[in-house]
Amino acid sequence: MNLSFDDLHKAFESRVRLGIMSALAVNDSLDFTSLKEFLDVTDGNLATHIKKLEGEGFVESKKSFIDNKPNTRYSMTTMGKKAFNEHLAVLEQIIKSQKKE
Amino acid sequence: MKEHNDYIKDIAEIRLMMERSSKFLSLSGWAGILAGIYALSGAWFAYSVLEFHPDTFLYTHSNSGSVALVASVVLILALISAFIDSRIKAKKRNEKVWNITSKRMLASMALPLVTGGLLILILSTFNMLGLVSPLMLIFYGLALYNAGFYTIPEVRAMGFIQIVLGLLNAFFISNGLLFWAIGFGIVHIVYGIYMHFSQER
Repeated sequence: MNLSFDDLHKAFESRVRLGIMSALAVNDSLDFTSLKEFLDVTDGNLATHIKKLEGEGFVESKKSFIDNKPNTRYSMTTMGKKAFNEHLAVLEQIIKSQKKE
Repeated sequence: MKEHNDYIKDIAEIRLMMERSSKFLSLSGWAGILAGIYALSGAWFAYSVLEFHPDTFLYTHSNSGSVALVASVVLILALISAFIDSRIKAKKRNEKVWNITSKRMLASMALPLVTGGLLILILSTFNMLGLVSPLMLIFYGLALYNAGFYTIPEVRAMGFIQIVLGLLNAFFISNGLLFWAIGFGIVHIVYGIYMHFSQER
């Protein structure tokens, strides 16, 4: 496999989006509040980044009600998993190749 | 274009986030040390002052109510210390102590602890007090082993040690509270000191 900088997905340029994907990679699903706590970002900031990832089809959400309060759980789609794994592989490749220089 | 260091930072961020969102890492070494000290004091008090020497399967004690009270005090003090120390550590790490990872860890401990607790209560009503100490060690060990999947892996090792001590205790019932004191006292203290120096410095 020949990987280059071009293979780094634009969606993962932001460190917040990278963080969201990382947290969702090791959790079946997470609610908004947990994600917010892990990433230490504001509501608005997190919402924007999630929307972007949902737009890419990498993240999906499920709305439900717990004690009459709305609760949204986010999880990674199969497509998102694939994209994230590829991104990790490219990162690894880049670091390896730059070490040699 | 990003620099080399940026990619390393990206990887670091990914690892941090994966760990942070799947493991409860605010367990404090101090909590272990304190729990061990309470356990040793409690064991000493029950043995020397209350003369509680459960060295046979069937054992009756004139003052078993006081022994149960001492055990409860030890447990409550240990839980309070663990909670306070974890809160302090979580604050330092800029995390909340009551989050999805700590909830998962506690939930994984609940089933073995409640099962073991009920079994011990049932056996106590039949005066099988000699089994209380080994069963406490075994079920606590099972709970720790489970919890180790949701926190640092050393907790799993500690659970394994407690299970082995519990089984030995069941075999050498005549040694009474000795294994209990080693498991809940010494092992906690050693673990706490190890945690303190390996992670908190």
